[in-house]
Amino acid sequence: MDINEIIKPENKVYGKSPVLKDAVMHYCPGCSHGTVHKIIAEVIEEMGIQDKTIGISPVGCSVFAYNYLNIDWQQAAHGRAPALATATKRLMPDKYVFTYQGDGDLASIGTAEIMHACNRGENIVVIFINNAIYGMTGGQMAPTTLLGQVTATTPYGRDAKLNGYPLKITELIAQLEGTCYVTRQSVQSTAAVRRTKRAIRKAFENSMMDKGTSFIEVVSTCNSGWKTSPVAANTWMEENMFPFYPLGDMKDR
Amino acid sequence: MAIKGAITVDTEKCKGCGVCIPNCPTGTIALSKEVNSKGYNYLYMANPENCTGCTNCATVCPDAVITVYRVKI
Repeated sequence: MDINEIIKPENKVYGKSPVLKDAVMHYCPGCSHGTVHKIIAEVIEEMGIQDKTIGISPVGCSVFAYNYLNIDWQQAAHGRAPALATATKRLMPDKYVFTYQGDGDLASIGTAEIMHACNRGENIVVIFINNAIYGMTGGQMAPTTLLGQVTATTPYGRDAKLNGYPLKITELIAQLEGTCYVTRQSVQSTAAVRRTKRAIRKAFENSMMDKGTSFIEVVSTCNSGWKTSPVAANTWMEENMFPFYPLGDMKDR
Repeated sequence: MAIKGAITVDTEKCKGCGVCIPNCPTGTIALSKEVNSKGYNYLYMANPENCTGCTNCATVCPDAVITVYRVKI
């Protein structure tokens, strides 16, 4: 059968979501941010909430998320996205409000904000991209960097004595009464992308049911920061990140 | 009933990361020797007869450059 007979509008089964803008993303090739943006766009499209969603973008690589998703956005000071989301959701309870934060933003400078927003049980969605490194500034050690992992600021590998231990912030947040749904997902394969999409959809639905905060960690890659290729970064993540950051739901009520 | 698929790639937006290639169950796709205007080896269907339109490649694509088509014949 000729290719041109297959490539017709009526045979289309998958394509770019209209919620995603046409702009080319500034992310490095193979960056997990792009995949997660796409998943959020698809969830917003499927739920039909494009005009009712407000995103809070962080500081970090994903600061420009507002250029890629065609919804309303605010941009928070470093780590303060949960505080801004709290205000937005309380002033406009009929909107779907989510924050999109990296590990430097959420687990380091914004630890106080995320802890207290989750403890208050704000009806927001938190999407936490954990790539174990500060990607935007050139691959320095983050709180989530694994022991022994080589980064720009730990050239001999992270040493617990000198640099402390990696922070499992999602486990901490799962203990807080205010959260209703805490899960850890990834986006390196088709199955993982589908699971993450289900989790994000559930989190958006939770935010309208007055149940508390929904928190989704996405274990991600930063192939530029890790100094490897996108495909090798996915393998490295499966071999090294998953044993320390096991995937799955930690809390669902 | 056989299923045939095909993909189109927005070659100017493809960054040639190759994340889709290990996710293709039929070995349809590969990175081309040609480059786009940014110098990336973009994705193309190396073995178009193998494609089943399963959407695996498009699902994992970080830049949403792949559109998938499928027909039953």
